Amino acid sequence: MDLKTLQALNAARAGRRAAVLFADLETGRNALLVEGEHCPDEWVEPMAVALRSGKPGTIVVSERSYFLNVYLPPPRILVIGAVHISQALARMAPVAGFDLAIVDPRTAFATAERFSGVELIVEWPDEALKTRPLDRFTAMVAVTHDPKIDDEPLRAALAADCFYVGALGSRKTHANRVERLRRLGLADDAIQRVRAPIGLDIAAASPAEIAVAILAEIIEALRRRDIGSAGEARR
Amino acid sequence: MQALTDIPDPLVVAETWIGEGRRVAIATVIETWGSAPRPVGSHLVIDGAGHFEGSVSGGCVEGAVISEAADILETGQAKILEFGVADETAWRVGLSCGGRIRVLVERVDG
Repeated sequence: MDLKTLQALNAARAGRRAAVLFADLETGRNALLVEGEHCPDEWVEPMAVALRSGKPGTIVVSERSYFLNVYLPPPRILVIGAVHISQALARMAPVAGFDLAIVDPRTAFATAERFSGVELIVEWPDEALKTRPLDRFTAMVAVTHDPKIDDEPLRAALAADCFYVGALGSRKTHANRVERLRRLGLADDAIQRVRAPIGLDIAAASPAEIAVAILAEIIEALRRRDIGSAGEARR
Repeated sequence: MQALTDIPDPLVVAETWIGEGRRVAIATVIETWGSAPRPVGSHLVIDGAGHFEGSVSGGCVEGAVISEAADILETGQAKILEFGVADETAWRVGLSCGGRIRVLVERVDG
């Protein structure tokens, strides 16, 4: 592999851009194609298939074997709410391979002291989402309990087809939330994608245990996501 | 890239090593059969002194890949290695889990 190819691949990955590396298994030569950049005609189809499935594998083109390695952006978690659960989740998520950032406009909650070493954005979610747009590789975790803060990012996450959308609150709280999301113009099948009560049912009691339940549910959503024909990941 | 993760990313490590003037080979799992511990696409990177980062198996065949990498760093000729079950005499080293894997090993040329 050329050093230039390796550098371009690492740059694409750092910039959260999907990339496919084609390795000619006979010569060992490589070609890197980055999503949204120029793609030679013969590679358009295999590139699209690779990006859609996210699965690396070997293909044969003009009697030559190529290994296609697929590099999708690392999944990230955007947490709305700098609460106790978020403190635990912020510690666990990186260990499981997720980037994590927390958004909370309430300065009493969002302090550097409580979230040392964590990317903390002290802004209203609609402002924060302008600088870091949601994508299919993002999990949205809304845990403020406050509709003024949680509702808009939930709406945005459903619209952006985030692979996971979860919201804290009891079934009763969630029933009210469903009504509000309907009034925001969301269709019922979209609203149904919100996981609430949030987290796998492991009878979690403490904030840290709830964080485990949320992280496990995010991992399940990521690994069980159905890769549709339009390249959209949804359950 | 993963600022909050302490576990190094093999491809980022490879680029860093090259920057330090070290020779680097990249090993990639290109095919698996049966139960293989690491999925297709996984990377192991190796330098000229046998330092490595990442994995292509659960530790079963890394030693063999690293010793092959030493040759590949010399010749620059990419190579495909195949490993199978441990108890088959045909294999020098094997995977105790019973799977088989193919690994592409190539040198990074600057």
